[in-house]
Amino acid sequence: MNAFLQSIHYGSWILPTLLSIPLVGVIILWVHGFVAERAGWTGPASDDAARWVTLATFLTMFLLSTGLWWSFDPFGGYQFAVDLPWMPHWGIRFSLALDGISIFLILLTTFLMPIAVLSGWTSIDKRVHTYHGLFLVLTTGMMGVFMARDTFLFYMMWEIVLVPMFFIIGIWGGERRLYAAIKFFIYTLVGSLLMLLAILYLGLAATDPVTGRPDFAYDAILAVAPTLSVNERFWLFLAFFSAFAVKIPLFPFHTWLPDAHVEAPTEGSVDLAAILLKMGTYGLLRFSLPLFPDIAFQPVVRYTILTLAVVGVVYGALVALVQTDFKRLVAYSSVSHMGLVVLGIFSMTLESMQGAMMVQLSHGLSTGALFLMIGMVYDRRHTRALSAFGGLARVMPVYSLFLMLAVMSSIAVPGTNGFIGEFLVLAGSFQTQPLLTVIAATSVVLSALFMLWATQRVLFNALDKPENRNLPDMNWREVCMMVPVAAIIVYIGVHPAPLLRRMEPRLKEVMMQVDAGSTDISVPSYGEGR
Amino acid sequence: MPFDLTIPLELSLAIAPEAVMFVGAMLLMLVAASKGDSDATQRFVGVGALGVILAAVAMVITMAAQGRGAGAGPVASDPFRFAVAVVVLLGAFGTIALAIEDNVREGVRLGETHVLTLFASGGMMLMGAARDLMVLFLAIEIMSLAVYVLAGINRRSGRSAESALKYFLLGSFSTAFLLFGIALVYGATGSTNLAEIGAAVGAGLGPSAGVLHVGIALMLIGFAFKVSAAPFHMWAPDVYEGSPTAVTAFMAATVKAASFAAFLRVWSEAFPLAVELWRGPLMAVAILTMIVGSVVALPQQNIKRMLAYSSIVHSGYLLIAVLANTSLGRSALLFYLVSYTLATLGSFAVVGAVSRPNEGRLGLADYHGLWHERPWLAMAMGIYMFALLGFPIFGGSGFMAKWYMLDASLSGPFTMPWVAVALVPTSAISAGFYLYLVMLMFMKDRPADHRVGATGPFTRIVIGATAVAILVLGIVATPLVRWAEQGAPMAGSSVSIPRSDTR
Repeated sequence: MNAFLQSIHYGSWILPTLLSIPLVGVIILWVHGFVAERAGWTGPASDDAARWVTLATFLTMFLLSTGLWWSFDPFGGYQFAVDLPWMPHWGIRFSLALDGISIFLILLTTFLMPIAVLSGWTSIDKRVHTYHGLFLVLTTGMMGVFMARDTFLFYMMWEIVLVPMFFIIGIWGGERRLYAAIKFFIYTLVGSLLMLLAILYLGLAATDPVTGRPDFAYDAILAVAPTLSVNERFWLFLAFFSAFAVKIPLFPFHTWLPDAHVEAPTEGSVDLAAILLKMGTYGLLRFSLPLFPDIAFQPVVRYTILTLAVVGVVYGALVALVQTDFKRLVAYSSVSHMGLVVLGIFSMTLESMQGAMMVQLSHGLSTGALFLMIGMVYDRRHTRALSAFGGLARVMPVYSLFLMLAVMSSIAVPGTNGFIGEFLVLAGSFQTQPLLTVIAATSVVLSALFMLWATQRVLFNALDKPENRNLPDMNWREVCMMVPVAAIIVYIGVHPAPLLRRMEPRLKEVMMQVDAGSTDISVPSYGEGR
Repeated sequence: MPFDLTIPLELSLAIAPEAVMFVGAMLLMLVAASKGDSDATQRFVGVGALGVILAAVAMVITMAAQGRGAGAGPVASDPFRFAVAVVVLLGAFGTIALAIEDNVREGVRLGETHVLTLFASGGMMLMGAARDLMVLFLAIEIMSLAVYVLAGINRRSGRSAESALKYFLLGSFSTAFLLFGIALVYGATGSTNLAEIGAAVGAGLGPSAGVLHVGIALMLIGFAFKVSAAPFHMWAPDVYEGSPTAVTAFMAATVKAASFAAFLRVWSEAFPLAVELWRGPLMAVAILTMIVGSVVALPQQNIKRMLAYSSIVHSGYLLIAVLANTSLGRSALLFYLVSYTLATLGSFAVVGAVSRPNEGRLGLADYHGLWHERPWLAMAMGIYMFALLGFPIFGGSGFMAKWYMLDASLSGPFTMPWVAVALVPTSAISAGFYLYLVMLMFMKDRPADHRVGATGPFTRIVIGATAVAILVLGIVATPLVRWAEQGAPMAGSSVSIPRSDTR
């Protein structure tokens, strides 16, 4: 496989190709939609064409991206690099590459997008071309965030993601869609504007003394960050952190999340939960820690963040417990899971970092699956209230099977992917943060409680609602969506080694960067676990 | 070989592009007068005015390419002047194109509309060129008088008359400040020439320093009025609301661009060495302008008032360039002005397309669900809103402009982190009204009785060209950056700091 990939110079064209394939899809959709409207071909056939074009685009993207898995060299640092001049006057380059952190998020994206697009196959029937076009643009933005090696490009991609999601929530969303859309947008915008200032400040600090041009390349910024004063670095750290904290979302910046998740159409919720939130934690690993290790590990800063993370873990679980809306429940469980990721990252042991990566991936898969399955019953019943269901296991056995699997993955039952991540985070964090880890571990119990309780109310109990008696089980399209997700959930749960092996060298490198950078401030409690 | 401005012929050659504008305007005025008021005349004069502008553009480009400087004298012949002229002509071109159809809709049959726009634009070009306070004052008056009349050109509209009167009274008031300031500066330094004033300020003035300080303060107030910076912005929303839509676009985009060019030139040529005196107040004005504009725009229900406050916010951002007082700041100003002119022209073009005769359909409620009825119009408006918000890719050049301005605020001998930081909350607040409009257009249902009439070809061209230009410049900004960098040098600026000296 590798020999073949090398023979076609896979590494040199794959990243720009992945970025541009969705845009090609958008252009095809646009032209088709335009021509169809002019020629009066509107109607189901034209809408179907839009759906198939989108699906084909996403599948092409996924098939092409699978080569990354084999050709990726865990010890190779940044790979598949593409580096072109873009705006030389401002020291900005079009620079892409992947490392052992971002490759998983890229693969998660390309894997989930074709599945997510199937979820709106029949339920989205107005303005189908625009709907799918927005998802294609969104995909470019999401992948761009994970690929960018130039901070300006990173910021641009980071912001691109906002707009399609704003329209998706606002046009195809639920009852309170306008409120949710604008809240989502403005909340994230504030955080990212601060990040913009920080990026600009760093890039200007990295100005080349000979040419007088600033330099926004990631490496240049990495080199210049330690030369700044502690005071400057503190504010820059905070600016970056504000963008990431909103996106993750870290308690107490999470309030946009339940609204956005609940009001978004199914496909939007899947992308929000599975990929958009990961942009925040990715940012922590890519920027906050390597650029400002001493600030991040200054005890007050570190424990504030760790505490917020743990509060988020427990708070998210507790709030999920009292939800009556299934989607809102899953949304709050995201707050809980993402808190766990932050705990893993800031505990800074190899296990906890690997665990944080694994929780990100498995949260993407399990929460994505849950949102997809909630969407399926919503399409049938047009309600998500837990009380409206009961006894679905008897009328929808296949559905119940897949839902149970997704729930088990979400509550980290051994044998599913969720277990690997949560176990590693808790085991790794315990070495440096025993108290906080014990508190966070209660969420394992709590999440089992609210998830299983919800499942009981939906799938089991008595089949006492007449509307539920004749619900059709999953159709071929829905089975096609869930089978790959279920397969991956089980595969990672049983055999996570290929993933762990690929991420380990890079995470060790991050830890070394942090170690080297934070030695000048003594932090007694960290690093003992290694 | 530089122009020798002491020789009358050379001086006339040095202001050739302005002369083209004035002569063209006078000829067209004769045409308009001889043909009588009718729609056909109005159109004919309008197209003729577009031709005059193209001729002036050619003239400007030729002169810029020749690169003949000018000795000390009343007008500059430097890259900055020609770059400003291009921005002004761009705005004037768009304004006239819009005004032709605006006039048809509102039933204004006066060819003089376009003649006045030409006169005003000629005055504005002169504002960018003036290196003498008397020439500057003359240029400002040429511009202002024409624009006062333009604001009231729709004689049948009470709103238009009100706005013209308001603009005239407050404009005269601000000009009085400016003139008084000029007089005091002249009294203190003994010259109206910017270079000589700069030298005199540098040499120290002894007892007359107090007079100079008052003079600078009064001129600052005068310019703050002209660029509608808070707390001297009150006239803008009323005037913008009542004026015919194309004229509003002209005032928001081009009048502002020219005022900033003159502001910047006076401040960097005459008063760079008095920087300690004016930096603090001007910084306060900039931050206040950003905050006031964005906060007060939020509750507006009339689209023109909303865009008026939006233009006040942008004045606050543009003041950063005056504050920075570096060649980087001037490049940023030029880039920003181009991007801002495109977005402003475009958004007022859409406002014109949606509005009905007698200034109807200007409420935000008239934009509900516009996307369902006129998708292209709504998408273009969405692009302008994102551009004014300064959002990447979807707002294209608007983001690049904001980036450039932030760059200017953070580099240079005096960085202004607080001004840059003030941009964050004000941008977020302004998202509250820019996005609100986008939300109304795309996410609300279209009321059944709201139908937008057919859009004329000129308006379509303006909308299409500006939207495409904004998007393209948002990805391929380098040519415009290069143009802005080349346009930055100013003849007599003593503080001309290339970026490499700053760190």
